[in-house]
Amino acid sequence: MTTLLDVENLWVRFPSRTGVFDAVRGISFSLGRERLGIVGESGSGKSLTGRAILRLIHKPGIVEADHIKLHGDNLLAKSEREMRAVRGEKISMVMQDPKFSLNPVMRVGDQIIEAYRLHAKASKAEAYRKSVEMLEAVSIRDADRVMKAYPHEMSGGMGQRIMIAMMLIPNPEILIADEPTSALDVSVQGQVLSIMDKLVKERGMGLIFISHDLNLVSQFCDRVLIMYAGRIVEVCDAAKLHEAKHPYTRGLLGSLPRFDEPRDRLQVLTRDPAWREAPSVEGRL
Amino acid sequence: MASTHYTPKRQPRLPLPSWLKGTLVTLASISVTMLGLLFVTFFIGRVMPIDPVLAVIGERATQDQYHAAYLELGLDRSLAVQFAYYVWDVLHGDFGMSLLTARPVSQDIARVFPATMELATIGIIFGIVLGVPLGVIAAVRRGSWIDQIARVVALVGYSMPIFWLGLMGLLLFYGILGWVGGPGRQGIFFEDTFPSITGMILVDAALARDWPAFKDAFSHIVLPASLLGYYSLAYISRMTRSFMLEQLSAEYVTTARVKGMSEWAVVWNHAFRNIRVQLITVIALSYAGLLEGSVLTEIIFSWPGIGNYITTALLSADMNAVLGGTVVVGLIFVCLNIFSDLLYKIFDPRSK
Repeated sequence: MTTLLDVENLWVRFPSRTGVFDAVRGISFSLGRERLGIVGESGSGKSLTGRAILRLIHKPGIVEADHIKLHGDNLLAKSEREMRAVRGEKISMVMQDPKFSLNPVMRVGDQIIEAYRLHAKASKAEAYRKSVEMLEAVSIRDADRVMKAYPHEMSGGMGQRIMIAMMLIPNPEILIADEPTSALDVSVQGQVLSIMDKLVKERGMGLIFISHDLNLVSQFCDRVLIMYAGRIVEVCDAAKLHEAKHPYTRGLLGSLPRFDEPRDRLQVLTRDPAWREAPSVEGRL
Repeated sequence: MASTHYTPKRQPRLPLPSWLKGTLVTLASISVTMLGLLFVTFFIGRVMPIDPVLAVIGERATQDQYHAAYLELGLDRSLAVQFAYYVWDVLHGDFGMSLLTARPVSQDIARVFPATMELATIGIIFGIVLGVPLGVIAAVRRGSWIDQIARVVALVGYSMPIFWLGLMGLLLFYGILGWVGGPGRQGIFFEDTFPSITGMILVDAALARDWPAFKDAFSHIVLPASLLGYYSLAYISRMTRSFMLEQLSAEYVTTARVKGMSEWAVVWNHAFRNIRVQLITVIALSYAGLLEGSVLTEIIFSWPGIGNYITTALLSADMNAVLGGTVVVGLIFVCLNIFSDLLYKIFDPRSK
């Protein structure tokens, strides 16, 4: 499989008064035209990894890496202006809650058209037509009405589909989905996922799927990186997640309720301080 | 058999279009607010330890004269009736006679209010044009030197007494440098050289195409207006900064960045759009505060505005003038509030 993205020794650091806090500590992985899951608890550095690839870590946060290469082109060497041509057009991101990730005072249509016209030379009418097509591609009926609506008039599932449409309209090669279904009702989660899956496959994109939901990731992804305290502790095929060997992954799996093995009491994860210091596993193809 | 049908109570609906209904509701709320205001001003006038009769006829009048005036002023009637007459008069624009100027209070206000309005309007424009960008930049470049400068500028604006700044400004720019006109609204040679239409000298001079007079009036207004503008700038820039900081950490701003927008476009097209409603409130309140007439500024610059008028009237127990002025100021507040409500509806789709 061709490598789209290659990350070598990525660190995300936050200097504070009491010293430097390392949120992501030297991880290396690559992404092909596949669905790569990143799982871990809150604070394990999975979201920051996604944002670091886009170089969207807020000051005073620092992103350091030997390289973050997109088709062999190091993103860290780019100027902010060059980086803007990468964002949206090459790599895009869908965030957790459409209630917050869509601008509340702009019409849905204007936000999608804006995303398209930032990277494509297109007339307003053409961008409008393209946006309607894109909304239809994410199974939104009555796209003309939705174009004129404001985000607060949309349900969560619709909002997230709009978000996906908006992020895919410039035709990026990589989509980072940061907990894209965590804020949605269970009933619409599956629908949003299957739409995203279909589009990613059709376009031959690479997907980084960040989640804390092990079941979801094992069903939905091809490969999984398990992160703990800013490092990758284990890499495995999603289908073989239940055979994972690392005690942390085993602990996470063990603490999930299961239909086929009802238990009175779920296992509690006990953390070994040695996990923190163990070297990061390489997540390459 | 008892009927157990549940019949929902229908709201009695008037067959009116929604815009008309909205207007009627607004008008009703204005009337209630204004009636409340009149009620308060009327009773303040009555509880003041000033005898309204003596204030009119003077200390040396005879008992008969006193009694005649007492009847003429309607003071023998019950308070409720008096209040009703008062409301009736006010509705007809009659606030009574001013003792000090011996003219109807309404005429006096029509004369002094444009002066204040001219000053306040230029002041608030100054405050918005400089304060909003300063606040936005301070938020975007948080912690940078420009943020520090904005902080000092605002701090000075908050904490310097205006009379001191006013006097120093006059001393420097008028007394020493001679860059601006002195106290008052215009130079003596320009008085009554063009027709007074709006009462605002800049506007009237411009209407008369009398540019030397316009220039003269501008040189008089520029110092007090920038002083007032500086105070609103301090307030507006601080508020803008904190509103912007809140928005800049919102997720939709990250979305805009992910799309590949320039920082400039992210700030103005996305974040700034979301603070407009809050900003309108701040600006409207600030403008209302200026329209009320800033007494100290008007006194230092001998500006014949409403602040100066009410204060002088108060100090000479000219209650009709004080109450009339208060009602007008109250009306301005109400109108500005309604105006900012209207703007909310335009700028925030969620408020519809």
